[in-house]
Amino acid sequence: MAFGSDRSRFTDIDFSGKRAVEDKDIGPLVKTIMTRCIHCTRCIRFASEVAGVDDLGTTGRGNDMQVGTYVEKMFMSELSGNIIDLCPVGALTSKPYSFTARPWEIRKIDSIDVLDAIGSNIIVSTRTGEVMRIVPRVNEEINEEWLADKSRFAYDGLKRQRLVTPMIRDCNGELKPVDWEAALLTVAKVVKGAGSSIGAIAGGLADAEVLVAVKDLLNKLGSEALCTEHTFPLDGSGTDLRSSYLLNNKIVGAEEADLILLVGTNPRFEAPLLNSRLRKAWVHNELNVAVIGPKVDLRYPYEHLGDNPEILQNILCEEHVFSNKWKSAKKPLLIIGSDTLERPDGAAILAAAQSLAAKTCPEKSWKVLNILHKIASQTKFGEGNLKVLLLLGADDCSINKSDLPKDCFVIYQGHHGDYGASIADAILPGAAYTEKQATYVNTEGRAQETLVAVSPPGRAREDWKIIRALSEIVGTKLPYDNLNEIRDRLDQVAPHLTKYGYAEEANYFKQAEQLAKKTQAKLDSSAPIDVKIKELQDYFMTDSISRASPTMAKCVQAVLKQKQSKY
Amino acid sequence: MFPTIRAAVNGLRHSLGLRTLQTSTALQHESLFNHRDTPEDNPDVPFEFTPENKKRAEAILAIYPEGHKRAAMIPLLDLAQRQYGWLPISAMHKVAEILNLPRMRVYEVATFYTMFMRKPTGKYHVQICTTTPCWLRGSDEILDAIKKNLKVEVGETTSDGMWMLSEVECLGACVNAPMVQINDDYYEDLTVDSTNEILNDLKAGKRPAPGPRSGRYAAEPIGEPTSLKGDPPGPGFG
Repeated sequence: MAFGSDRSRFTDIDFSGKRAVEDKDIGPLVKTIMTRCIHCTRCIRFASEVAGVDDLGTTGRGNDMQVGTYVEKMFMSELSGNIIDLCPVGALTSKPYSFTARPWEIRKIDSIDVLDAIGSNIIVSTRTGEVMRIVPRVNEEINEEWLADKSRFAYDGLKRQRLVTPMIRDCNGELKPVDWEAALLTVAKVVKGAGSSIGAIAGGLADAEVLVAVKDLLNKLGSEALCTEHTFPLDGSGTDLRSSYLLNNKIVGAEEADLILLVGTNPRFEAPLLNSRLRKAWVHNELNVAVIGPKVDLRYPYEHLGDNPEILQNILCEEHVFSNKWKSAKKPLLIIGSDTLERPDGAAILAAAQSLAAKTCPEKSWKVLNILHKIASQTKFGEGNLKVLLLLGADDCSINKSDLPKDCFVIYQGHHGDYGASIADAILPGAAYTEKQATYVNTEGRAQETLVAVSPPGRAREDWKIIRALSEIVGTKLPYDNLNEIRDRLDQVAPHLTKYGYAEEANYFKQAEQLAKKTQAKLDSSAPIDVKIKELQDYFMTDSISRASPTMAKCVQAVLKQKQSKY
Repeated sequence: MFPTIRAAVNGLRHSLGLRTLQTSTALQHESLFNHRDTPEDNPDVPFEFTPENKKRAEAILAIYPEGHKRAAMIPLLDLAQRQYGWLPISAMHKVAEILNLPRMRVYEVATFYTMFMRKPTGKYHVQICTTTPCWLRGSDEILDAIKKNLKVEVGETTSDGMWMLSEVECLGACVNAPMVQINDDYYEDLTVDSTNEILNDLKAGKRPAPGPRSGRYAAEPIGEPTSLKGDPPGPGFG
């Protein structure tokens, strides 16, 4: 043979054979090739120190040492994908990505993840118009070097269940594919006929550009009914003051806190990377955590105060044992889940939280009140006699067809054939976050921009362009023709939306608190505070992209199987 | 078995002029560092410390200060092994539960130390030293005698579950070589006859006296002392 023997010349010192280690099955996300392992124990340290899931370790000794789980067990962490990046030798690799592409074939595009409210920085790797993998990009202020599993592995959902062509429901009640012209003309006719009785609901994956375009279109038609799927209390200061809906102290700020009160939130699954920061503070900074809400596993111990919303009031009136701790804390943080604020008494909870935050007197730059959102974009829905309802990727079953007037025409604009599309009379296919250059604001109020990694499939188009085209046919042309012009409009509406990468400080805490005092809302002690995502299996499928992802489905199955297991 | 078959097949192929696929043999340790569920060893096998051992466990835990209780892991695992005869996975789980530690941290310790037996072991664990001093003093003959007497190979357990034989490195009784350790007792200065006598006594349910079989009390020279016979000289005279 020209290049020498194709057999190994390796012989070990006592001629007994080559060392080999059996591969471990640690779940559907991480593939193991344990013979490559050099026992650096980075994965073990990550699991135990960062993720807080002590499932990995070394067994045996000397030459026979192995890294693994000893028993057959899935690595039950929402951050498991990070051990792939940590592994210096490729003993741990990505199962969905393995053997699908070579590094020299792929193009890398810096982008932003939108599947949770953290806004992790990512690199989207693409080949031949397909997203091949997603890896994290270092941003010390947001995700550090980590990425949560859903954000990393749900990308195969981008290739499935996609809306690739406009569709109109025909007289038989079936959705039929049509071309853009027919679709826009039909929709425009209905919109024109509806006049000002048009409303829109934006889902969690809508970007700032399309939200502004829809808002402008609705306003031009004389309607104010643009709302988001996830509601926010409008009493008191409502959404007028940014300080009452943002994670004001920033993600990094959580590391310095000495006492954190979590109200109705499960940061482990709502924002895994914020939870890893909290854990970091718990490990290195003597942080104490207290929780009002259901008992959930956060992977660090906490004081459970109960799930009655009146506890907030009790702490405020100093009738609760916790209020002494709260008063003596130097850097306290109050983190409220956005779910809690969706409750009927959300405004009262927010008001109580604002008063509680005002009671502490930490350093000047320290912001006690923090709201943790679950989704990338969030902004209420006034029910009215609607003739046309535009759903902007609203897939969370927040609207039921039976709740709408009978003759209401439902338009769904979005990228996945999920719940929203199933109730729609017309479908306008939009682009997913990897297919458009769009602005997203994370839970800290930091505007970031995604970049085009691949083009939208089939006849799908960028969302704001669809609205712009529709506006022209309706006869209320929106005054922007390209991205720069719509960004100028964003800048007009809210200047912080175009300061990419920068989290504008929120202010007016005092004023917000004073406004909140005027609210008439009462805490409802009959309804305990709850969170939606309690266990790992609920984490993987939360939006239209991850629901379409086979990898995420496998994760759910694997977790349920592991829960049956005795290990 | 397999290497011989493979060698035979390869030889046949070679003589026929066929090219064989050569692979290196995988190196494997005698014990497995991954758990496999077996009928005797699975998490359903109940394990609970006896009331006396619970008291002992509490006493062990009391030695270590709060915050360092995990240091009690090795003594507790040992206690579990002494109670059960060997260390099943449910005992490791019990220890993890007592110490409030992740199970993996206990698996790590239990697999690291070779004295934790993670497989069913005979009632009597015969450990024969075959390191140089014992080997020079005839440990090979002793080993043969044990194999013959117990009808067991190294690393095996007898079918009646009474005896397990292992070959170990130096147990630190070189002065009294050759020697075996049976459970916690050292039997030293062995000959083939005395070895058989010990094993037969144990089989008969007796407990032979541990220590040297040569009539020595401990590690002093056989017969007369050869040095240091007089009174020790005072300072400055040695």
